[in-house]
Amino acid sequence: MSRWRTASGGRIDRTRALAFRFDGVRYEGLAGDTLASALLANGVHLVGRSFKYHRPRGIVTAGAEEPSALVAVRRDGARETPNLRATQVELYEGLDALSQNRWPSLARDVGRINDWLSPLFPAGFYYKTFMWPKSAWKSVYEPVIRRAAGLGVAPTEPDPDRYAQCYAHCDVLVVGAGPAGLAAALAAADQGARVMICDEQSEFGGSLLADRHATIDGASAAAWVARAVADLAAHPRVVCLTRTTAFGYFPHNLIGLAERLTDHLDAPAPQAARERLWQVRARSVVLATGAVERPLVFPGNDRPGVMLAGAARTYLNRYGVRVGDRVVLVTATDAGYQAAIDLRDAGVAVVGIADLRPTVSGELPAAARAAGIEVTESATVLGTSGNRRVAGITIARTTSAGTGGDRRTLACDAVLMSGGFTPSVHLFSQSRGKLRWSDDHQAFLPDRSAERERSAGACRGATDLAAAIADGLEAGAESAPTRTAAARRITARSPRSADRGYLGAVPLASDASQKSFVDWQHDVTIKDLAIATREGFRSIEHVKRFTTMGMATDQGKTSNLNALAIVARAIDAPIPSVGLTTFRMPYTPTTFGAFAGPSRGDLFDPVRRTPIHAWAAAAGAVFEDVGMWKRARYFPERGEDMHAAVARECRAVRSACGLFDASTLGKIEVVGPGAAEFLERLYVNSWANLGVGRCRYGILCREDGFIYDDGVIARLAADRFHVTTTTGGAPRVLAMMEDYRQTEWPDLEVWLTSTTEQWAVIAVQGPDAREVLRGCVEGIDLDAAALPHMSVAAARICGIEGLVMRVSFSGELGYELNVPADHGLGVWKAVHAAGAAHGITCYGTETMHVLRAEKGYIIVGQDTDGTVTPDDAGLSWAVGRKKPDFVGRRSLQRQSMQAPDRKQLVGLRPRDGRTLLDEGAQVAERPDQRPPMRLVGHVTSSYQSAVLGVPIALAMVAGGRARLGQTLYIPMPGGDVEVEVVSPVFYDPKGERINA
Amino acid sequence: MLLIPCPHCGERPEIEFTYGGEAHLVRPADPSTLDDAAWADYLYMRTNTKGVHAERWRHARGCGRFFNALRDTTTDQFLGSYRIGEPKPALSMGEPR
Amino acid sequence: MPESAVRDVPELPSAAWLGPLPPATRLAFQGGSAARAAAARIFPLPDAQDVCRARRDGDRAGLWLGPDECLLIAPATTGAASLLGELRAAIGTNAHSLVDVSHRQVGLEVRGPLAERILNGACALDLSLDRFPVGMCTRTAFAKAEIVLWRTEAQHFQVEVWRSFAPYVAALLQEIARDYVG
Repeated sequence: MSRWRTASGGRIDRTRALAFRFDGVRYEGLAGDTLASALLANGVHLVGRSFKYHRPRGIVTAGAEEPSALVAVRRDGARETPNLRATQVELYEGLDALSQNRWPSLARDVGRINDWLSPLFPAGFYYKTFMWPKSAWKSVYEPVIRRAAGLGVAPTEPDPDRYAQCYAHCDVLVVGAGPAGLAAALAAADQGARVMICDEQSEFGGSLLADRHATIDGASAAAWVARAVADLAAHPRVVCLTRTTAFGYFPHNLIGLAERLTDHLDAPAPQAARERLWQVRARSVVLATGAVERPLVFPGNDRPGVMLAGAARTYLNRYGVRVGDRVVLVTATDAGYQAAIDLRDAGVAVVGIADLRPTVSGELPAAARAAGIEVTESATVLGTSGNRRVAGITIARTTSAGTGGDRRTLACDAVLMSGGFTPSVHLFSQSRGKLRWSDDHQAFLPDRSAERERSAGACRGATDLAAAIADGLEAGAESAPTRTAAARRITARSPRSADRGYLGAVPLASDASQKSFVDWQHDVTIKDLAIATREGFRSIEHVKRFTTMGMATDQGKTSNLNALAIVARAIDAPIPSVGLTTFRMPYTPTTFGAFAGPSRGDLFDPVRRTPIHAWAAAAGAVFEDVGMWKRARYFPERGEDMHAAVARECRAVRSACGLFDASTLGKIEVVGPGAAEFLERLYVNSWANLGVGRCRYGILCREDGFIYDDGVIARLAADRFHVTTTTGGAPRVLAMMEDYRQTEWPDLEVWLTSTTEQWAVIAVQGPDAREVLRGCVEGIDLDAAALPHMSVAAARICGIEGLVMRVSFSGELGYELNVPADHGLGVWKAVHAAGAAHGITCYGTETMHVLRAEKGYIIVGQDTDGTVTPDDAGLSWAVGRKKPDFVGRRSLQRQSMQAPDRKQLVGLRPRDGRTLLDEGAQVAERPDQRPPMRLVGHVTSSYQSAVLGVPIALAMVAGGRARLGQTLYIPMPGGDVEVEVVSPVFYDPKGERINA
Repeated sequence: MLLIPCPHCGERPEIEFTYGGEAHLVRPADPSTLDDAAWADYLYMRTNTKGVHAERWRHARGCGRFFNALRDTTTDQFLGSYRIGEPKPALSMGEPR
Repeated sequence: MPESAVRDVPELPSAAWLGPLPPATRLAFQGGSAARAAAARIFPLPDAQDVCRARRDGDRAGLWLGPDECLLIAPATTGAASLLGELRAAIGTNAHSLVDVSHRQVGLEVRGPLAERILNGACALDLSLDRFPVGMCTRTAFAKAEIVLWRTEAQHFQVEVWRSFAPYVAALLQEIARDYVG
């Protein structure tokens, strides 16, 4: 047992020694230790180098607020977590921790030169110095600064761990399981409420875990905690969560909790989730988040071995670790004395107590004096000494005559400081609650709640144990939905302490030369704050950004209030008027893994596959993503690249027959007596005159007159339409339809049902399509006279009841077979077999695109961009001229919407007959221009046409239809390409093939 | 994530809803009688209220219904919701949560 | 040979608590109160005011999805065409919409004492028995998929999901279940 470990007491398991390494050196700790307590038990105080000056740094606190002792914990190459607070890392056998921000080693750090050069690095240094020359920023300054700054290093490998997530609901969520939180949970559970209580530590109890003196209900603090925890655990409607940080308070009482499941284990089960993110919706929230002890700001206060008094007490009472052999207490509270007394009782020499207050009385100081500890009143600190650990402290007295009299240097190996308690109002502030400044408490306290929430205990200023417990009981009972049981009473007794504390820098002697740190993590000193005020910054938000005070990973939990007081004093303004910086989530850093949860890899997004997908995959299809859908893009045969495959597929459709999976097309069944009128009002086309059994190409505009979607609409019955939409547009078209149906035209009796996934859709396209289908389709006559282009009929398709639509997006004779999805694959196979004799060829979306472009058919979202009217796209023939109204009609009547120089859809052919244009390329009237150029349009679609043997393109060109025959120029990386403006219909302009 | 009161289903989490913009904008019965300015006003001009705002929501992943709700845009508190076609309630209705 | 979308569900666990349901006949019903009342004479349909409740009669069930919308589920042995015929005859001229959606979606079941917790891995609703009682049903979100969730028994939920989302929902359920059953 190391000499810093006490012989007995504490909550560690003295029978279970754990070996661990810090910077490669092997140490031993005990089960129940944190990394910090285990290091201190081994006499290790130097644990890191500071961010900016690379000063040696130690352990300042014993909890989540730790600003200094940041380490990386490494399990393997992919599992190295940087920037962990050593005070929160639970020890396990084999733990491998590394200090940060040092090179080549912690003891000999080259960056330390920054400290000696620190006059060169005042606040605002980066902003001012690296302004010139501008070109040096990217190439020199930024890379150098980025390497020099920053804290830990993130692993470069993907995170191999699993992360879980869940939603939960409760009547009362209690955040924090210290005295107030436990009392609140018990009181709420007494009333029958569904309770959740969480605490970031490995066990419940909060401050009680380090309290040797308090008695609660006649028992010791530890015994009472054990009983309370057992009571809660036995309660069927209570959920207790340890190692769980409430990191964020979101609107309407949604609280984000991060539960750490395996970080404390030496050998987690390989597939166990590392963390679980809880999204808890609570009817009421009780915030029992406690208070954080404040450091004192004095010269040399960042030397390893200088720590908070409460932390030293926690290390002693909870972990059985003496933080030194000879300690000095610098305090402005009575609470600090408790630490001194406890340490003295444990055999530590308390060399002296320097109290900043002019007169000291009260139970605890009296006890210290009675124990023979020398107390200096009206004290201040002039500096500390020691290299990698504090070795002495120089104190003096402040009198009306000045600061610095009665100087004495006390040799010591630890300095405890107690500047008062800052209520943890982070979550309260995140909930948009309003804080108020309390002169009595010298702190900001929760005032007006924005949510159904209340704070209890030390986080609202009730630091006395009995008061905190009473406050917790009240909070718990009043947060329960019903109050039926009698109110629980708990009696508590602990030494009284006066803890208004001290804010800002201690009185300084005029010859003070050492740095007084306010923000340990970002190396902000009182001098930096002074510079900020000298530069004219008045708002604390501006001071924060200028000095980076409070902007580190600890968000200034220990520093903000001191900084505020220093700025307030410097500009001679009251603290509340200087303001308070915004508290943002997360309370402590939270892993990305927890936020991502299972949404990674295959589960990142749903992958939608058609019923025919597996067949296409087996046939070697190459797929592309279209929204969430996987669509077969082309079906390469031996050795073919995409261009070869697409050319072959195109030729097959134009000369024989192709088979295409169109199942992803959006489908909406519009049914009811008002169905025709509904479509009449919505789409630009006329529908009343569409006969049953007929189809029409429909265009849907938004109210602003621009094309929103398109698709073929089939009339299945007088009161039933089968509307198809684009693949990507289905959800938004249905939403838009529902909007008009429900909110604008409730007079219509019409209903909408998505049938996208009800039907598998198999397109059979090409001159041989009819012959292929003769053997597959029963019950209808496929001849052109009986089933002409743009008609629909119910039929048996390969034995399955379905719909045959004679439609074509290829320009060839074509059919789309709709069969219930479970039968899609079977019918596909049957048609494929039936077409074998005709050389039926499967084709994918790429060929579909080429075929439609040869016919000048647009793709919404490719050839249109939300600023294209039906007329711009050459589709004015589809607009119902006689209709009094439809969605978008009024906008289309605006003069500018009919201007002749609007961009219009045209075809482009490269004059050289060879060059494939880039999609998205611009269109210019003259060649060889230099930017800024006058541009008159852009290329929307561009393909190599197999049937024509030349590249073709569609483009939107200003006044395009009046330019037919003109020569334009497409600036491309290889130079301007000369193109001729042509009709967008490149193939079969008379439509003879489609009507065959 | 807000809790949104659907007038049919009760309070539900925000992920079930889609937002529909300002409420009580009625599509003109005959848009062709509006001049360009009046049409532009209908199409584009919104009040951008700071405070209690009557707005449309759709319980898209729920009952599918559009409805109107009163929300304080400064606090995100809902003061109530009501079905399409019902008049905007007086502001005294409902207590903020 | 019909192919069920459920076949696409990857490696469903053998444990009884999570699995696909057999194919069923499903109709989407929408209409006013007259049509609903007429249909309810031959098929268990919840009243318009039975918000988020299912009504069952033997192996037939009608699920309230909206004030004028219900999902009708019957065994596959009752073909969609014949059920449509029955209902149309009962509803007569009352305005309504009936659409066959048997193949649009599939049913999954989540069963057992952990069902509630597993579903809450990606469903944001309060599924405690008093807030989501037996017989309650609703459309909701399951992570990035839309589902209809129906509590048929205290520890038995039916999840209706569009077929192309079924593999995602099933795989996610399975992934969540790993955290509770190892």
